[in-house]
Amino acid sequence: MPSSTGHKKLNRRKFLADTAKTACGVGLFGLALGMYGKAASSLPATAIRPPGALAEDKFLAACTRCGLCVRDCPYQILKLAEFGNDNAATGTPFFTARTGPCEMCEDIPCVPACPTGALNHSLIDINKARMGLAVVIDQETCIAFQGLRCEICYNVCPLRKEALKLEYRPNKRSGHHALFIPVVSSDACTGCGLCEKACIMEEAAVKVLPVHLAKGELGKHYRLGWNQKGKQGKSLVTPDTEHRFNLPEGVEYDYYGKGLIDKRQTPLTQPGPQVEKTPFSSNPLDTLNKGFKEVK
Amino acid sequence: MPVTPLNQLGREAIAKKGWFTAHKFLLARRAVQLAILGLFMLGPIAGFAILKGNLSSSLFLETIPMTDPLLFLQMLAGGFFGIASSAIIGAALVFGFYLLIGGRVFCSWVCPVNIVSDTAHWLRRRLGIKGKTKISPNTRYWMLGLVLVLAFVTGTMTYELVNPVSMLHRGLIFGFGFGWAVILGVFLFDLFIAEHGWCGHLCPMGAFYNLVGKTALVRVHAPRRDLCDDCMECYEVCPEKQVLPAALKGAKDNKPPIILSSDCTNCGRCVDICGVNVFEFGLRFDAKMEACSKLDTGDYVKNQA
Ligand code: SF4
Ligand code: SF4
Ligand code: SF4
Ligand code: SF4
Repeated sequence: MPSSTGHKKLNRRKFLADTAKTACGVGLFGLALGMYGKAASSLPATAIRPPGALAEDKFLAACTRCGLCVRDCPYQILKLAEFGNDNAATGTPFFTARTGPCEMCEDIPCVPACPTGALNHSLIDINKARMGLAVVIDQETCIAFQGLRCEICYNVCPLRKEALKLEYRPNKRSGHHALFIPVVSSDACTGCGLCEKACIMEEAAVKVLPVHLAKGELGKHYRLGWNQKGKQGKSLVTPDTEHRFNLPEGVEYDYYGKGLIDKRQTPLTQPGPQVEKTPFSSNPLDTLNKGFKEVK
Repeated sequence: MPVTPLNQLGREAIAKKGWFTAHKFLLARRAVQLAILGLFMLGPIAGFAILKGNLSSSLFLETIPMTDPLLFLQMLAGGFFGIASSAIIGAALVFGFYLLIGGRVFCSWVCPVNIVSDTAHWLRRRLGIKGKTKISPNTRYWMLGLVLVLAFVTGTMTYELVNPVSMLHRGLIFGFGFGWAVILGVFLFDLFIAEHGWCGHLCPMGAFYNLVGKTALVRVHAPRRDLCDDCMECYEVCPEKQVLPAALKGAKDNKPPIILSSDCTNCGRCVDICGVNVFEFGLRFDAKMEACSKLDTGDYVKNQA
């Protein structure tokens, strides 16, 4: 075929047009995919990542969605997110606390199984895992707040007394009982979800949430006066004035648990001798924690 | 001899070589594809996994790690540099393997989507569907670029959200969700819109393995090309037919009788289907004439124009 300059020009023009078409098509596809990706990479609050997972944005860059962590979990609680079914990014591993919480294996087999380090291999103490944070999220329906005895969440917590504590509050309804209120401490809670699984309610009143949803954050400039006390050498705020009860001479009231303290020679309230003999301590928590090794 | 009509496709090879020999590479490929899938699925049932994970990352016999090198690149593009050693070793192993035996061997011997797109092509021939949208085969390189750019811009493996290859493989092993819709999309696209549309033109993984296979050792040869009777059956079954003319018809231009283009998937369909046994597998250096890989791709496109 004789190659005239005109022909060459035409070919060149066709080539450029085709290239432009391809580039535009691929570009549009990329734009759509990028937008979908943005929407699809927001982790739903019920999907909890395995222990040691990097921060979500890093995790999504690091996880190949291979499922090796899923395979090595002896309790088979992990699942790879399915396209359209689970709202976590397609193929990434997660668990649902209410149906299958992390059992906090001492050797954390899921972590070394991860080939990429999306589950950080430097996590060797499962108690240091921060998969999420438990929150006693519905204090209106949790039966503990109604003055009923439950404490299931407290009892199943692998770090009970550290991650989940019971706090007593006066029961205003009955006037003379205590409420046993479950309180989560973010210093220790691993977010395993055993409490959420165990909650006896139809819909759990304690839920594990991603840490960023569960926690507030103080403004960076904010300083708490009493925390500054040490640094400054003295308190920056005037201390609260002690509330005074109108009690007879020699009788005091301790707000922080001890209650009424009678220092007089003949006390008003006299504990009978039978009280001394009971095997139960006057603190109900001692009974609950009987036989439970002190966690330190 | 005239061009074989489509309904006669493969008859000659079957008559001369027997059905089994005329399908041996096709059967071998399906066996390998299904065996890989099966070994991944067997693990949780058998209690001991020969292959664990999926094609993205896996563990062979609980010791040898493998990671898809394209995912590895996406990790880097996404800004994750603290990659653990098993993924580094795994990606190197996989990369080295395909470097030797031909990048697109992944496509024809491992990738599960290949079964889908081959089925679409088979059905298209059976039903006589003609719809041919013109897409440049080079579009896949743009797609490959896009995959890496997306990872860079979004900081995550965005393409993995929709990648049909991992979607199908992971879906079969770990559960699909609505992932099957993406696979159905690929199937219908190949069936009605473009011949070899996905694997031959768009798939960025194919493009990546294409580049990996530029210097592969294992290549298809056409040592008996003088016997070619122009039945065109190999053109009909080859998923990347632009690779054929250089080796088959290159005698007059002094081109070696070897398919050097890395587009060739080493599927061996041409070996199977040829009634006069023009093709066979061999090594790259077996070609007696000097290799000239630069020349071999463009011709078919020109002939068509
Ligand atoms: S620590 Fe154990 S139970 Fe928890 S996800 Fe890992 S392997 Fe599963
Ligand atoms: S093992 Fe690691 S890379 Fe694989 S799915 Fe689990 S977190 Fe992702
Ligand atoms: S188990 Fe549920 S109802 Fe019971 S104390 Fe815990 S949160 Fe409340
Ligand atoms: S040339 Fe042969 S081996 Fe290569 S892709 Fe085509 S049919 Fe398959």
